[in-house]
Amino acid sequence: MNGRTLAETLSITICALLASLVIFGVFMFAFAHVRPNDLFYWMYIGAFGTKFSWQYSLTRAAPLILAALCTALPARLGLIVIGGEGSLALGGLAAAGTGLLLAGHSPYTIQFGMAGAACVGGGLLILVCGGLRYWRGVNATISSLLLAYIAIYVFDFLVEGPMRDPASLNKPATYPIPPEAMLGPMFGLDVHWGLAYGVVACVLAWILMDHTTFGFAARMAGGNMRAAQAAGLPVGRLILVTCALGGAAAGLAGMVEVAAVHRQANASLIAGYGFTGILVSFIARHHPLGIIPAAVLFGGLGAASGIMQRRLLIPDASVQVLMGIMFVMILLSESLYGRLRIFQPREVREVVVPA
Amino acid sequence: VSELVAHLDFSAVFHLSRLFHLATPSLGAASSATDLGLWGLLIAVIAGAHKVGTPFLFVSLGECITEKSGRVNLGLEGTLVMGAMTGFAISYKTGSPWVGVLAAAGVGAVLGAIHAAICNLPRVNYIAVGISMMLFGMGLAFYLGKPYIQPSAPKLPALNLGFWSSIEQIQDALRINALFVVGVVLAPFLAWVLKNTRWGLILRLAGESEEAAAAMGYSVPRIRLIATAVGGALAGVGGSYLSLYYPGSWSEQISSGQGLMAVALVIFARWSPVRCLFASLLFGGVGTLGVAMQGQNLTSASVAYLWFAAPYVLTLLIMVITCSRLRAMVGAPAELSRVQ
Repeated sequence: MNGRTLAETLSITICALLASLVIFGVFMFAFAHVRPNDLFYWMYIGAFGTKFSWQYSLTRAAPLILAALCTALPARLGLIVIGGEGSLALGGLAAAGTGLLLAGHSPYTIQFGMAGAACVGGGLLILVCGGLRYWRGVNATISSLLLAYIAIYVFDFLVEGPMRDPASLNKPATYPIPPEAMLGPMFGLDVHWGLAYGVVACVLAWILMDHTTFGFAARMAGGNMRAAQAAGLPVGRLILVTCALGGAAAGLAGMVEVAAVHRQANASLIAGYGFTGILVSFIARHHPLGIIPAAVLFGGLGAASGIMQRRLLIPDASVQVLMGIMFVMILLSESLYGRLRIFQPREVREVVVPA
Repeated sequence: VSELVAHLDFSAVFHLSRLFHLATPSLGAASSATDLGLWGLLIAVIAGAHKVGTPFLFVSLGECITEKSGRVNLGLEGTLVMGAMTGFAISYKTGSPWVGVLAAAGVGAVLGAIHAAICNLPRVNYIAVGISMMLFGMGLAFYLGKPYIQPSAPKLPALNLGFWSSIEQIQDALRINALFVVGVVLAPFLAWVLKNTRWGLILRLAGESEEAAAAMGYSVPRIRLIATAVGGALAGVGGSYLSLYYPGSWSEQISSGQGLMAVALVIFARWSPVRCLFASLLFGGVGTLGVAMQGQNLTSASVAYLWFAAPYVLTLLIMVITCSRLRAMVGAPAELSRVQ
């Protein structure tokens, strides 16, 4: 991505986000009679206004970053995968199970085992999706959605059946993992190590997709699969590996949630991070490094929801309305790319079409 | 700051998670019910087929029309929830459930038209637009629907076709909602319109070949706008069934992903409105199986979850069997495979 396209992407994205904030302000003024300056003041305070809200926003951003990779990586191949929620659930379940099996080992062994199991669990689900796309031509969007539903029912079955801790009465859950295996806070902050996992995963994904021959081949196949096949690229392997990596990232998000927040796998894992991740990925235009700020932004919006509810007496769905508006505006802004003259290379601008 | 600490729970932002928890109220298993053994299972499944299947029917017919014009609307989940909220609110305010159904159809048409208008812009990905419309519709419905969670609104009428029986389960299974009857009539009618009328022909032409439709002088974006708006209207009606008949009240957990299933159902029905009817009945019945078996003590609560997954497994299997990477699916509008 050169400087000019980066400037184009950034300015169009920021304009789209600002436009959605304006629309949201008008909406809230019209329906809830909330003055825009109060609205945006509390939104800012709740998301990034204090040290505490920053930490909370970053904590929420951690699973979002990982879940977004589940959409972003296959998107490079032209597949829109929306099954991150299922991968996250399976990953969390696999992590909880492994954490229990490895109890008694050193904390690092347990964490390593949990992360590995989560990657395998989450990766397998999206791998199936990629395999179906490659061998049977099944649309990846639909199959990933169906697989996510199936995965979550299997999750419910295992958590409420074979893997249930009988002590969890009202809210069925697995047995809690050993306390020493929990992911601790980073550098004395109140943000757990899951955030570092997410950032590292994004950087690795960026190196893989933008700086290796594998990534080049994947992007080429994403541009035109038939041409890539004709050029002798191993399209099947590219699809399978990319999908598995995407699923593994979402699975890791499940592990982070289990190991840093819930201590056990239960219904709280299925809190919509997989779905918000799709949004984050689209706002980042599927760029692995763009995912990090986009996820922090959405983590912040989620964090601000509570304080906005109480200070402004508005329903909790307000932030969801804002997210919906943002998503629509970002997609609308897609059609601006290549149309704004200042971002076009000079040579293109000066071409004169003879009448 | 302390306020924020109090709110450190991770469930607030997104309600989408509840999509995954099938709202399954008991299917007429009243205390005075007669013990019918395995017949009870069959009767419960028949009851579920039309009770749970009706919203499936409307969203799948809507999606079918949209897809016939060459576009997929993945946002029907948002339309369904918005339709449920609107139908309930208007029925509550006016006292007439049918006005509610009409209002739900109107709101659905508007949401469909927005989807189509955005998709008509260049370089816009229709799958992403669908997901965004889903989020937007659900967010809007939850926001505007807050005041309607408690009250009860007048419900849609039902026909008691089971009056001849003294067995409560049979009466319940044959209590057929008027909207279901509308849907049963609508499915063959839509098939006839698509096959035999000028409108149907133009719609299918836009779905089969954009160039051919343009060469005939028709505006493909406009055809798709109308088709998506009509599809949205039907999905809105499906939503109003949820809040005005079964389960029969407005809540944020009202939908269990019926709108999302629409796309899969249409593939399952291979783009035929009449097959949509049978597919919806099948999905309704299969979706009830878990609860019905639990009612008969044939399965435990946790195993019932695996039965809830059955419709999804079924759809996936059908897709795996009928898809091919060499050709588009039989019956699929040609424009759909072109956008991949």
